[in-house]
Amino acid sequence: MSKAKLTLTGAHFLNGDVACAEGAIAAGCRFFAGYPITPATEIAEHLSQRMPELGGIYVQMEDEIASMAAVIGASYSGLKAMTATSGPGFSLMQENIGLAVMTEAPCVIVDVMRGGPSTGQPTMPGQQDVMQAKWGSHGDYEIIALAPSSVQEMFDLTVEAFNLSEAYRVPTLLMADEIVAHMWERVVIPPWNKIKLVNRKKPNVPPEKYMPFMPDEDLVPPMACFGEGYHFHATGLTHNEHGYPQTSSSEVQSRLVNRLCDKILKNADKIIRVEEVMLDDADVVVVAYGIVARAALSGIRKAREKGIKAGLLRLVTLWPFPEKSVAKIAKQAKALIVPEMNRGQLVREVERAAKETPVVFLSKLGEEPHTPVEILDAIRRSR
Amino acid sequence: MVQEMAHPFSKYLRAEMMPHIWCPGCGNGVVLNCFVHALDELQLDLDKLVVVSGIGCIGRTAGYTNADSFHTTHGRALAFASGVKLANPELEIVVISGDGDLFAIGGNHFIHAARRNIGIKVLCANNLNYGMTGGQQGPTTPLESITTTSPYGNIEHPFNLVHLAAASGATYVARWTALHVRRLTQSIKKMLLKKGFCFVEVLTPCPEIYGRYNRMRSGLEMMEWFKRASVVESFTDPSKAEISPDRIPVGEFVDLEKLSYERMLHEKISKINEKAIEGVG
Repeated sequence: MSKAKLTLTGAHFLNGDVACAEGAIAAGCRFFAGYPITPATEIAEHLSQRMPELGGIYVQMEDEIASMAAVIGASYSGLKAMTATSGPGFSLMQENIGLAVMTEAPCVIVDVMRGGPSTGQPTMPGQQDVMQAKWGSHGDYEIIALAPSSVQEMFDLTVEAFNLSEAYRVPTLLMADEIVAHMWERVVIPPWNKIKLVNRKKPNVPPEKYMPFMPDEDLVPPMACFGEGYHFHATGLTHNEHGYPQTSSSEVQSRLVNRLCDKILKNADKIIRVEEVMLDDADVVVVAYGIVARAALSGIRKAREKGIKAGLLRLVTLWPFPEKSVAKIAKQAKALIVPEMNRGQLVREVERAAKETPVVFLSKLGEEPHTPVEILDAIRRSR
Repeated sequence: MVQEMAHPFSKYLRAEMMPHIWCPGCGNGVVLNCFVHALDELQLDLDKLVVVSGIGCIGRTAGYTNADSFHTTHGRALAFASGVKLANPELEIVVISGDGDLFAIGGNHFIHAARRNIGIKVLCANNLNYGMTGGQQGPTTPLESITTTSPYGNIEHPFNLVHLAAASGATYVARWTALHVRRLTQSIKKMLLKKGFCFVEVLTPCPEIYGRYNRMRSGLEMMEWFKRASVVESFTDPSKAEISPDRIPVGEFVDLEKLSYERMLHEKISKINEKAIEGVG
């Protein structure tokens, strides 16, 4: 009864960071650990107020390394847990994102991207961390990363990020940018009991039979938590299905690393979401994500008004990369246009999937994103 | 007829993880032994115990203990453990780690966990160097000690861990050596019964690595140093408890009561949560 009224529902005018925070609450997140950083601070501020109202925990750690470690600890204690940061903090989190991958701790990391490298441009938008999202921690691994294009999606995709992280026991990243985080838009939130939630699988065997890293058919192992009597061990070392370190065995290493990757890659079709706009007859297709996709949408509409068959493939999922969607549209299109607020990151993946189809890259650095007219001009030039 | 006898403490250990990785003469076995004795004497509920460690020789203790256990990244045991304790304050969290892990790479987490007075119990095996990587100089290596990275003698002043823990806000601070098994066990029991952040340092012999470069080639020689130099100086000024070749001040240095972070947090959450529920009626 109380839960119904304590979670936000209905139509609201919100900023993106607040929508993200409310999305976390709606998803059942009851633990947030973070460290102040522009432009993600409002997520922490909002949750420091909201978490206690819901009986949840907000803690400000001494840095982003500790924040990420605390999130894994809370996740292993049975709570849905999250942190939020921007580039400099995201760099510090990479170490323990690797630990979350290795120990299969469900958790959500929000990176509100600003301009880098280093301290860079704290108050400006960027998309410079999208490769870091995939490759930032050492070793071979797969994560899931989503890119919101609106304040509504800051809410919706935060919920989805939690669901995916719980379903696949993998850190899931919300790769936002300064604009979607700081802009104000209308957000419609369904009643709490109408929001689909996923919870991690629990073991259905007694403790003496439980093997913490023995996967089911979907390659995801059921998860016991601390204090439930299972007496399990988890480690960042290469480990067998019992969770015990076995660091010299090539067989154990390849079985583990391949499974950690395959549980995402073999389920990619279920995970990946893209939005296709006017693609049926399109011969020029803009492939975009995040705030840039909004300008791209406007750009292709302007092109259509001028009789140009332009379309938009918006990547909602960045990782695992939607290869099949790009390959499919590349077969039909004469050219693909990839606008990004970086020096060319996801465009490399697009080129790889597009094979022979020419790919035009539009870079923006250190300023507002591409304008619809700039997208339109690129569409015109590439025909 | 031969009867198979289980070791009286076998329920506390994971037999499948044995043999352990520790060298002959190492003091880590003593630390684990005293820890297990403390658990047994207190009859602690193993279902509610979580042992967390970082990286290093003593870091393997988490895997050897038959409770829920987690082996974190280097230096991050306390940050991870903070998440556990806040998420489920009913759990007893013991961090067992080394001097390099807790005070070099993890130093920031240590001072902040102590400052918050979060109810985590830290058992630190101080072997004066980085043993697992082959004996490099670390934050507790004595001045002029020879290590593989201070071949001309260490010129960095070591931490006085007792002073550091006390100054950072720990509610219980003790130091013993691997020679002081009874008093060490008593201190571990004491910290397990306390509510706030607690710290017990154990000076451990590392003859294979540290000792071989510093004229103490056997575990016995290192133990003899501990015996010769240890002086019980309980509740004296922690700032004076510096370790030197001639003097190892041991004892209990801090024992005070202070509301724990998790208690303050959860009391606040309960109040705010109740008020929020009333507010929406």
